[in-house]
Amino acid sequence: MGSVISASSEPLVKISKLSFAYDQRPVLTDINMVIPRGKVVAIMGSSGCGKTTTLRLIGGQLKPTSGEVLVNGQAVHLLDTNGLYELRRQMGMLFQFGALFTDLSVYDNVAFQMREHTNLPEELINDMVMMKLHSVGLRGAHDLMPSELSGGMARRVALARAIALDPMLIMYDEPFAGLDPISLSIIGEQIRRLNDALGASSIIVTHDVQESLKIVDYVYFVSEGKIVAEGTAEEIKASKAPYVHQFVWGEADGPVPFQYPAAAYGEEIMGIKETSLG
Amino acid sequence: MADTPKPKSNKNSKKAGSGKPIPSNRRVSHAGRMAHVSSKAPAIGKIVQLLTGFGHSLTEFLWSLGFAARFFLAVLLHSGMALRRFQLTIRELYFTGVLSIIIILVSGLFVGMVLGLQGYETLQRYGSSEALGVLVALSLVRELGPVVAALLFASRAGSAITAEIGLMKATEQLSAMEMMAVNPIARVVAPRFWAGVISMPLLAALFSAMGIFGGYLVGVVLIGVDVGSFWSQMQASVDFREDIVNGVIKSFVFGIIISWIAVFEGYDSDPTAEGVSRATTNTVVTSSLSVLAADFILTALMFRGA
Repeated sequence: MGSVISASSEPLVKISKLSFAYDQRPVLTDINMVIPRGKVVAIMGSSGCGKTTTLRLIGGQLKPTSGEVLVNGQAVHLLDTNGLYELRRQMGMLFQFGALFTDLSVYDNVAFQMREHTNLPEELINDMVMMKLHSVGLRGAHDLMPSELSGGMARRVALARAIALDPMLIMYDEPFAGLDPISLSIIGEQIRRLNDALGASSIIVTHDVQESLKIVDYVYFVSEGKIVAEGTAEEIKASKAPYVHQFVWGEADGPVPFQYPAAAYGEEIMGIKETSLG
Repeated sequence: MADTPKPKSNKNSKKAGSGKPIPSNRRVSHAGRMAHVSSKAPAIGKIVQLLTGFGHSLTEFLWSLGFAARFFLAVLLHSGMALRRFQLTIRELYFTGVLSIIIILVSGLFVGMVLGLQGYETLQRYGSSEALGVLVALSLVRELGPVVAALLFASRAGSAITAEIGLMKATEQLSAMEMMAVNPIARVVAPRFWAGVISMPLLAALFSAMGIFGGYLVGVVLIGVDVGSFWSQMQASVDFREDIVNGVIKSFVFGIIISWIAVFEGYDSDPTAEGVSRATTNTVVTSSLSVLAADFILTALMFRGA
């Protein structure tokens, strides 16, 4: 349904004036983002800055406090359950640790959506599953269980599962977390290759600057729920903005403080001393 | 979502103690909050603390109860897939039902054998030891079969269901399913729920049958009660409608209670190792107590003055 109205000039995802709060604690404030069609866009920021929340808002798992997310022209938070599920069939999401179904084999994991959403005959599903597994280089692992896979392999199976129904939007939640350097560049390369081969658009949420700058078209930097910088990979590398500089070069202290907000150090220590003596 | 800190922070108790129960921080420990109060606070402060603590737990409890009820309705509403694609439920029937058979049979045998020994011991004092069959059969079919099988089922299968769903939640498998436009309540929860509801009466029936056989072994084969009167008195005194059907109804109700609590605790667990272990414990404790309480109510309704 969505693909009919996909005027190619219009961006696939448009986030405008988006704010979100868990209870009273604001996570995102006034975010504006555009994910053009066919591009790979990274959302970067330190842990806990609201990156994953952004993905969940795009996928409709959370509802914005204000503002809206348009995916293919549809406001995600206004969709009913059926509309949302219809939209999600055109999205693929790679979770941080793969989130493979532990009770299903690699093959069944990749076939999961095909079986749930289509009535295709088993031979056709078999061909599609093998093609998807081949594209991530794991055709030979199809009868393994997820517990028998290494972290990098599990991530690649999850990638094959995310693209099972050829989505128009692929979202990656920390695809590089906890991988060795080889798996890291394999995943990075595949994200780019699959995006271009499928004609999809991709959003990568990550704090791995070096790896993602190699493959992305555009970067948004998020800090404390706000976009603090944006630009192409080259612009980011050349940026002199203090936050971006600290992040790209991994400095311990800077605009992002090392200390979690706390009461005055001296006071707190003295206070504890006082009660323990009295 | 490891990089979005949960609003639930046990250490930072000042903020969480607003007394307003909300899904994400309703398990804030009161002990943690108390610890922050200086020992110099007057007694009145302590009383207020106790009262607010009590009120907080009460609202929290009511909130959970309401949520559990809504969850139950959601499971019923989304049971279509579990019944239409019945092989999903059959798979769970294997894990919850078939794999529980051994423990049920062995326990049933021993409970029946003990009943035979104890029953004979008491009955022969009044010279009515041939009523042993009736005693064994009635106590098993009416009470021990459904109740003990339910307690075993809660600890064998209920805990496994909770742990499995809880771990699926903790490893984001349920989120992933949702993002693939598949409702986890329909695909994961409902088949497990129905498998539990279906297996429980069958397991209770196996337990009772095995128990009666155990009673027979001890009473007739070992002690030497007359085999004819053992069976014939049993046949004459155990009423189908009054005893057997009521027992089946009980086990069916227990099946609903245990399965409901097990899937709910798993689905509601905190997505951490600690949360899953707590949820598993909750399932066993809560469902065992609920079964015993429900048994009293059902017995009072079914067997009064009959």
